[in-house]
Amino acid sequence: MADSEVLRAPHVLEYPYVRSVGPVIGAFLTGLRDGRILGAQSRDAQGKATVIVPPTEYDPVTSADVGALVEVGQSGVVTTWSWAPEPKKDQPLDRPFAWVLVRLDGATTAMLHVVDAGSLDAMSSGMRVTARWRPAAERVGRVQDIECFVPEAANP
Amino acid sequence: MSAAAGRATVRPVAVVSAAQTKSVRREDHRNEVEMLMPVVTDVFANIGVTKADMGFVCSGSTDYLVGAPFSFVMALDAVGVWPPMRESHVEMDGAWALYEAWTLLQEGEIDTALVYSFGRSSPSQLDRILALQLDPYYMAPMWPDPVALAALQAQALIDTGKATEKDFAAVAARSRRDALRNPNAQVAKDQSPDDLLRDDYVVAPLRRHALPPITDGVVAVVLAAEDRARDLCERPAWITGIDHRIEAHALGARDLAQSPSTRLAAQGAGVFDASGDAPGAVHVDVAELHAPFAPQELILREALGLADSVAVNPSGGALAANALMVAGLLRIVEAASRIMDGSARSAIAHATSGPCLQQNLVCALAAEPSGPARKGA
Repeated sequence: MADSEVLRAPHVLEYPYVRSVGPVIGAFLTGLRDGRILGAQSRDAQGKATVIVPPTEYDPVTSADVGALVEVGQSGVVTTWSWAPEPKKDQPLDRPFAWVLVRLDGATTAMLHVVDAGSLDAMSSGMRVTARWRPAAERVGRVQDIECFVPEAANP
Repeated sequence: MSAAAGRATVRPVAVVSAAQTKSVRREDHRNEVEMLMPVVTDVFANIGVTKADMGFVCSGSTDYLVGAPFSFVMALDAVGVWPPMRESHVEMDGAWALYEAWTLLQEGEIDTALVYSFGRSSPSQLDRILALQLDPYYMAPMWPDPVALAALQAQALIDTGKATEKDFAAVAARSRRDALRNPNAQVAKDQSPDDLLRDDYVVAPLRRHALPPITDGVVAVVLAAEDRARDLCERPAWITGIDHRIEAHALGARDLAQSPSTRLAAQGAGVFDASGDAPGAVHVDVAELHAPFAPQELILREALGLADSVAVNPSGGALAANALMVAGLLRIVEAASRIMDGSARSAIAHATSGPCLQQNLVCALAAEPSGPARKGA
């Protein structure tokens, strides 16, 4: 059959829903737009006060409702990291970078993000990093409003 | 009700037949149904039964590989849909389909079940698909690939001082060497850990050998209860306990160097009943652990309290073949097969799901329905 005789029809996969992010995730994302990082106050299984960043509506371990949202620091400690020598499609940076879990000052849990460190040799667990924000006009309320983290010394 | 009290009422159920395809990098010529048909035929023929003898059919697979909702329904053509039957599906590894069938068998209304799973990973973009299982607000928008996340776990393990990259290479070297004796394995090689350490990093600290292969494969088992199991199989592989547990969705809320959910599932499955739960206290003949990334085997060994004498992944494990949604059920199949062929008396099979060992299932198997003797009893 000649190619021109082949019947063709578009097939569009779509997700025709609007999701509400709710009072906790919504507040966190709005905070990012405004250049602030929020966490949720909670208590661990032993009753000790904790701050969950990024926040969820329930404690990820005890499942209890969380308390008030509080602002945490924009710098923190790398709790673990990995080095991506070849970034893939849609990942945060287009040059080699580190994936990290970073526990921000004032937070009890760590968040996934990336560090623009230049080379693997600049990375270590326990190092301090600080947020590099996108310009305020480009921030829309998503995790990529933090463009990346950078080693703290490099961004005094 | 405590887990121990629950186990006291368990109806003995066994794996009585198993079949699988040879795992391959790319199955170009057969679709999922065509891959399943000979395996379903074999799993019945092994024990002289037909579909009509099955009280229940349950499968595990993911529609994301095919890219079409309810694509798993088409796979039922491999079993035959007439006359009507009780059937179910989980969008999970087949190990969880086996758990559903085992649960139904506990109710006592049926005596047999067919469980199968299929995964043709090769036509898909696994990096993209597996990112979709992550938290949709905080993680998925950055499209972290499974290797990047497994590497975070690997570094967390290194930071504890319990393991090094050389230990990861040793796991890979042993797995792929053992796979030489498994005719269904995909990656089978005899290389020293030092040779493997010359691999480049894919995502540091994980080098190529610490990653699972991309695999197309299918697997099927028949479960049977009590006397029906004894009728069908000379040496049934009795499920003495099975449980699954899950950890927080947020990676940063977990201790990635440990697997508390594996430990809880092992407790629920009765793994520690006979031996206690001290490190290295668990003596079974075989453990088949679903550790797609080499460091995960080390974390699982510790969580399960395995003694150094336990033969871990003699099939080669997920480093030798890792079809998505198949590799976990395949661990149960490999462990059960060692009991059915008489080479083992006790075994532990483990399956995982989600990033960095988020969810874990533990299935204890034994040559006797009562399981291994309680120490000191």
